[in-house]
Amino acid sequence: MAARSRVSSLLSRSFSASSPFLSRSQGKNLNNGSRIVRRFGTSSAAEEVISPSVQVSYTKLLIDGNFVDAASGKTFPTLDPRTGEVIAHVAEGDAEDINRAVKAARKAFDEGPWPKMTAYERSRVMLRFADLVEKHSEELAALESWDNGKTYEQALTAEIPMVARLFRYYAGWADKIHGLTVPADGNYHVQTLHEPIGVAGQIIPWNFPLLMFAWKVGPALACGNTIVLKTAEQTPLTAFYVGKLFLEAGLPPGVLNMVSGFGATAGASLASHMDVDKLAFTGSTDTGKVILGLAANSNLKPVTLELGGKSPFIVFEDADIDKAVELAHFALFFNQGQCCCAGSRTYVHEKVYDEFVEKAKARALKRVVGDPFKKGIEQGPQIDSKQFEKVMKYIRSGVESNATLECGGGQVGDKGYFIQPTVFSNVKDDMLIAQDEIFGPVQSILKFSDVDEVIKRANDTRYGLAAGVFTKSLDTANRVSRALKAGTVWVNCFDVFDAAIPFGGYKMSGNGREKGIYSLNNYLQVKAVVTPLNNPAWI
Amino acid sequence: MAARRVSSLLPRSFSASSPFLSRSQGRNLNNGSRIVRRFGTSSAAEEVISPSVQVSYTKLLIDGNFVDAASGKTFPTLDPRTGEVIAHVAEGDAEDVNRAVKAARKAFDEGPWPKMTAYERSRVMLRFADLVEKHSEELAALESWDNGKTYEQALTAEIPMVARLFRYYAGWADKIHGLTVPADGNYHVQTLHEPIGVAGQIIPWNFPLLMFAWKVGPALACGNTIVLKTAEQTPLTAFYVGKLFLEAGLPPGVLNIVSGFGATAGASLASHMDVDKLAFTGSTDTGKVILGLAANSNLKPVTLELGGKSPFIVFEDADIDKAVELAHFALFFNQGQCCCAGSRTYVHEKVYDEFVEKAKARALKRVVGDPFKKGIEQGPQVDSKQFEKVMKYIRSGVESNATLECGGGQVGDRGYFIQPTVFSNVKDDMLIAQDEIFGPVQSILKFSDVDEVIKRANDTRYGLAAGVFTKSLDTANRVSRALKAGTVWVNCFDVFDAAIPFGGYKMSGNGREKGIYSLNNYLQVKAVVTPLNNPAWI
Repeated sequence: MAARSRVSSLLSRSFSASSPFLSRSQGKNLNNGSRIVRRFGTSSAAEEVISPSVQVSYTKLLIDGNFVDAASGKTFPTLDPRTGEVIAHVAEGDAEDINRAVKAARKAFDEGPWPKMTAYERSRVMLRFADLVEKHSEELAALESWDNGKTYEQALTAEIPMVARLFRYYAGWADKIHGLTVPADGNYHVQTLHEPIGVAGQIIPWNFPLLMFAWKVGPALACGNTIVLKTAEQTPLTAFYVGKLFLEAGLPPGVLNMVSGFGATAGASLASHMDVDKLAFTGSTDTGKVILGLAANSNLKPVTLELGGKSPFIVFEDADIDKAVELAHFALFFNQGQCCCAGSRTYVHEKVYDEFVEKAKARALKRVVGDPFKKGIEQGPQIDSKQFEKVMKYIRSGVESNATLECGGGQVGDKGYFIQPTVFSNVKDDMLIAQDEIFGPVQSILKFSDVDEVIKRANDTRYGLAAGVFTKSLDTANRVSRALKAGTVWVNCFDVFDAAIPFGGYKMSGNGREKGIYSLNNYLQVKAVVTPLNNPAWI
Repeated sequence: MAARRVSSLLPRSFSASSPFLSRSQGRNLNNGSRIVRRFGTSSAAEEVISPSVQVSYTKLLIDGNFVDAASGKTFPTLDPRTGEVIAHVAEGDAEDVNRAVKAARKAFDEGPWPKMTAYERSRVMLRFADLVEKHSEELAALESWDNGKTYEQALTAEIPMVARLFRYYAGWADKIHGLTVPADGNYHVQTLHEPIGVAGQIIPWNFPLLMFAWKVGPALACGNTIVLKTAEQTPLTAFYVGKLFLEAGLPPGVLNIVSGFGATAGASLASHMDVDKLAFTGSTDTGKVILGLAANSNLKPVTLELGGKSPFIVFEDADIDKAVELAHFALFFNQGQCCCAGSRTYVHEKVYDEFVEKAKARALKRVVGDPFKKGIEQGPQVDSKQFEKVMKYIRSGVESNATLECGGGQVGDRGYFIQPTVFSNVKDDMLIAQDEIFGPVQSILKFSDVDEVIKRANDTRYGLAAGVFTKSLDTANRVSRALKAGTVWVNCFDVFDAAIPFGGYKMSGNGREKGIYSLNNYLQVKAVVTPLNNPAWI
């Protein structure tokens, strides 16, 4: 009990202002950049790569309760972002494997047992699974760090506990999914049933593999659905591991099937499958459009989309500047900048702009880049060479468009995909680095002079995922919170990701909400049942 | 008082106790030959009744003004009784949709609509409902003229339901609550349920004003502004109520109405980059196109209400006479032009022969004729295209060796009247048991046990509605859960109260309209999080 409550007490702080990742470096914002830049070199590249203390035990598709090879027999390598070297070869699922997985999920749904078990029984399986996740948190954190490049400390103390937290949250929802009885205009008894939707297809990204697994699988299972989940080709390892834990927790075969593979093959065939009743996708806006098109052209399965962002982080002149600097840094650089909700347009009021830029630069120079398994490291490598190249391209674009490169801009070391924490000031709205999702450690700081202007500029984007607002004024906070077209507004905080807080996008950042009560809608069908009343006592 | 009287009619209006139904109940004798003769006289040979209403509004409603299409083009809207022109109506296209979106954008972004209090918005909607009732005779006459549905149906069921729906949603306007949310630490978390912005809405021709109400009601209640495209077959009544909305005090630009065609006006609305939400009611094939356009433009969320092939299941313990009457109603209502029509009548083998005989007798008694004439149950199909499509399916039924019990031909020699048609011995693999016919063609199938009928009822790409007729509570409960359909009517059909959600499983659509559920379609959820310093509780 004590252990559990201690873990859960970490959670709301874990992605937020009071996070260990943040507090460690708060209050030490002196510019000692030159030393740090040197440290980049030594800690990541020249030093020996730390060997993770975990075995890769599960590399095959999970279909109908068994780990199986791809029908084609093919495999693909998953790489260590620190070096680009192979960690393991993983089964490469394609359309044929998706068919097998959907068939298993279909059977587990149509014939049971999953939707025919009581909600209480389903919740017990999920609670046992959460316990097992905690029990294996060190192996899971090591695998997640190894496959993704995020720091082991972040995975261990923030992400894995949050995975357990999310499954306990949704376990609690399982037996609280109520339909309504509905007032009629005459002698009818009207009720609505909130039913599981069927077989859910879920496609998750590589930036938070297990967290995205939890966001998607938690509500789908709580609502009584069965699942075919496709992992990202960059990070297939941890999902298989927790798949094994789910079987151990008593999840019946076929309820959760997992296929590793590529988007164009496995992903596309899941999205266009005629026997999949629902699709949830997290990834880029461009891919989201393709996914939705595939759903539209196949069986019109409803689609939840969590897509890209270019979230504004707005610092008003009355804000606590040191705190805003630290949180703006965190909002952008967290997870190597690989967050869909990254605060990637830092708007700072002109009266505090110069001070802010100076401090933001100093903070970035202090950021410790290196082997994510090493203690005290804040930033690991980008996920792969493709992302690395993309980020470097945007850095060049920033320089070419005459933004001021305050610090960073280059690779760290000479192997893997490490990038220097990079800060641009004097960024203008029409620059590419202020418009596109960079998905890397590149902060763009823009200047504004009044609230109307900054609202307009903050909203002038095709995205609408999140926003940060830093002010001490209640009026400013209330006004700007309403005016921003974004699914989440963090006021004087950022990246607070409790299980109960809904997350999702306005505009081209997506459709639907995940987490909280809202995510249940994604996995339920509403059925109205109407029957006449004879001689009712009341209507 | 008047309002209360009208609203007390409503739940019966589409249902078992409807005047349209009760009139003919208990007289299920087979006097087909006389009726068939009556088809001829009442629809074709007799003089066409002249509707007592002027067509006053034929121009696009943009930013509070009735204006010509930018192109200056018009198109004719036709009388389904004769195929003759009722009026020429402005033909909106992409340019007009742009103008309308611009007006809606301004009314949303700068206000006043979302910046008015919810109470003020609800007052406008309530005044509008009053005006709809005040003008119900003109509206019913226009609706009947343009669509071919009976004047009586429009006047006593549909127009009152339009007023009912707007009063229902007026009541929601000031009850749209966000949540405060328990956090895992020192944070104050709340969710705001915000209007989504400019809603694009594309409505069909089978229930023009009802579909207007289903779409416009919740969108306005939630504080959105609207660009609505009417069906090219039935543009008239929406303009009329547009005028009533202005009279009720709706600010300019809040509701813009564009008449025109799907491929031009509809497509440009669906793919518009400044439209934040789209709602479409129509065919499944068009729905797929619409969703593709949304996906390829700005990913606006899309609500779809599409086709159906709804089963109507009669178990052996059902009240057969009532089931016959309701199965008849479920299929033939509105000339069979309902997305939720009970178009696969599954009857238990023990009562099958009796059911078919009585269903045939009831169909033969159905009175087809000029929808403005008193006592007429069935008017013409909406246009020649639909007429030809239905006739094609009737031929398909005959060719696939279903038994044509009655009907099968045109009534009269002008307009688009079709004889009430009943097929028995229909098999699941026949086209008439698989496709949405959208006409007065009943297909009766035989089943022998409950597992079998559940499987067969669900073996369709559609999942809009279902009817279940049984006296057994166990059967009702079991089958209600097993059917993959958005609405299950048990011992009733087509009960359409404002509070009952409606929508489809599978390829019958996404989302629900009516009831509390429709509010979700027009709201964005915004989480707002702020730290707490020294909170008294968390």
